[in-house]
Amino acid sequence: MTQLVVRERRAERQKGERRKSPFRWLVWVAAIFFFLNLFGVIASVLANSFATEWFDTWLPSGWTTKYYQTAWQDFQLADTLIVTMQVAVTVVVVSLIIGAPAAYVLARREFPGKKALMLSFLLPIMVPPITYGIPLATLLYKLHLGGTLNGVILANLVPAVPFVVLVMTPFIEQIDPKIEAAARMCGAKTWQIFTRILGPLVIPGLLAAALLVLVQTVALFELTFLTAGPGTQTLVVSLYYAVFASGIRPSQAISAMAVIYMLTTLVILVIALRYVSPTQMVTQIKDNSDD
Amino acid sequence: MPSLPTASRAAAESDHARALSRVSLRHRLAERGLDRIIWLAVPGFLFVVALFIYPAIFGVVLSFQPNDDSGFFGNYIEFFTDAYLFDTIGNTFRIALPAALINVLASIPLALVMRGKVRGKRAINTILIIPISLGTVLVAEGLLTYLGPQGWFNRILMGIGLIQEPVRLTHNIWGVIISLIITGFPFAFLLTLSYISGINPKMEEAASTLGAGRWQQFYRVTLPLLAPGLAITFCLTFVLAFSVFPSAVMLGNPAGDSHVLSVAAAQTAFQKYDFPLASTISVITAVVELLVVALVLLWRSRLYRGSSAGGKG
Repeated sequence: MTQLVVRERRAERQKGERRKSPFRWLVWVAAIFFFLNLFGVIASVLANSFATEWFDTWLPSGWTTKYYQTAWQDFQLADTLIVTMQVAVTVVVVSLIIGAPAAYVLARREFPGKKALMLSFLLPIMVPPITYGIPLATLLYKLHLGGTLNGVILANLVPAVPFVVLVMTPFIEQIDPKIEAAARMCGAKTWQIFTRILGPLVIPGLLAAALLVLVQTVALFELTFLTAGPGTQTLVVSLYYAVFASGIRPSQAISAMAVIYMLTTLVILVIALRYVSPTQMVTQIKDNSDD
Repeated sequence: MPSLPTASRAAAESDHARALSRVSLRHRLAERGLDRIIWLAVPGFLFVVALFIYPAIFGVVLSFQPNDDSGFFGNYIEFFTDAYLFDTIGNTFRIALPAALINVLASIPLALVMRGKVRGKRAINTILIIPISLGTVLVAEGLLTYLGPQGWFNRILMGIGLIQEPVRLTHNIWGVIISLIITGFPFAFLLTLSYISGINPKMEEAASTLGAGRWQQFYRVTLPLLAPGLAITFCLTFVLAFSVFPSAVMLGNPAGDSHVLSVAAAQTAFQKYDFPLASTISVITAVVELLVVALVLLWRSRLYRGSSAGGKG
């Protein structure tokens, strides 16, 4: 008995030690180093966008907002923002319409070929986008869709639809199938079950999937880069071209454009974080952690 | 006249039989899980076939049809004999492997510290989401200024006297690796955290009661339980790093040591307009990457894959 108490005390002491161990300190120092660099990156863009001139000093020699005007006009940012939103919203809506029903089937039914179907939804996410993007772009150009808004939307749907399926399948799995069975017992038709029973239950999952796809589509570079034409570039792609052709325009204008892009993502992110947890953005699992 | 009733009866009987067999076929299919609900998956399946599988097959076929008449394997022979092209495989690995390994290995200790209740956990997770949602292009743009010879990073290092001359971190392999860490580490960490949170801390406490030190607890209990999750994390971060494209062009030296597979493919397609050779490079990229993923998953299948939630029994 006494031995057990001693052991318990030792375990407790160890727990207490763990709170202040050098290991913890090292990890926190490393984490803070990472955060400092991250803020350094973001702050350099921000500082540069407001700079009159910034060469070999800690901070720019003067401050101005004129480069925002330059960026807005030179990069036709109003049009680019509209295109970005058109692409992102269409991709979200279409990928939900196509992906959610497929997720229902994968969550509820066991059938021959299910593994193959699952694999066909996994592959577009696992393979680098540039590898299927080049043949896809070639095909889209052959169909005269390359460079058009529809072509950009189709290309962006390729990773979005599988993503919706992979997010929604575990979400639907956790809804008790007995609820559907009970509704059927009460005489509900199949479409009634979908509209009146499942519909309200999956709305949180649909919302989460929609926001995750929105964040991804706005940030997705490769596929838009491969399929977009002059009038159909999204914000990321025109930022890339601006950096790529730097020297033509002042670097402050490029930074100003980057800040506008950051603000766009930030707005979407703030909205998204109201409904989904940060861990959900990568793990696709509903996070029940208690914090 | 008498033939009519028999004929109609026969017709009715065959109708009945057909109806019966149809019912029983539908019933039999339903027993195997194939009922009307399956139709809901058809749009998704057709979509993947039309926009992913068909283009992929188209790309593979195209890769065997060189623009010049160098034969069936012409493009592949060109890729493996042209040193500038062949080196892209090595270049990609030199960037993707260290980046993926650093991301996964660094996320283990932080996840160990951050599991359970930690003050400000949600805030930290939220900050970590920022680089993921900003995307590679913006991070590369910011790093160009921040890591440049006059950037804050070099200024601080020179200010505290760690270096005398600015370190060159842009327009070479380092910039690309750093950009992959900034966008990839948060991703790897959040994944690892979700896996490590699934391990019941009672297991380590049990090991501790049996006299295991802290290192032994980690090495003999936590790590084996975490390894399958780490394999998945590695695969996903490796995939992200392997397809590095915008930062390799913007931050790296796309004609030299950051001439990676995806850069070579894009350049071949849109600067030389040699779509068959670009498809060949794409096919090789996909095959090499899937090989690495398959190897990691094969190793994973030999690991312990039972419950890590603990409990009785």
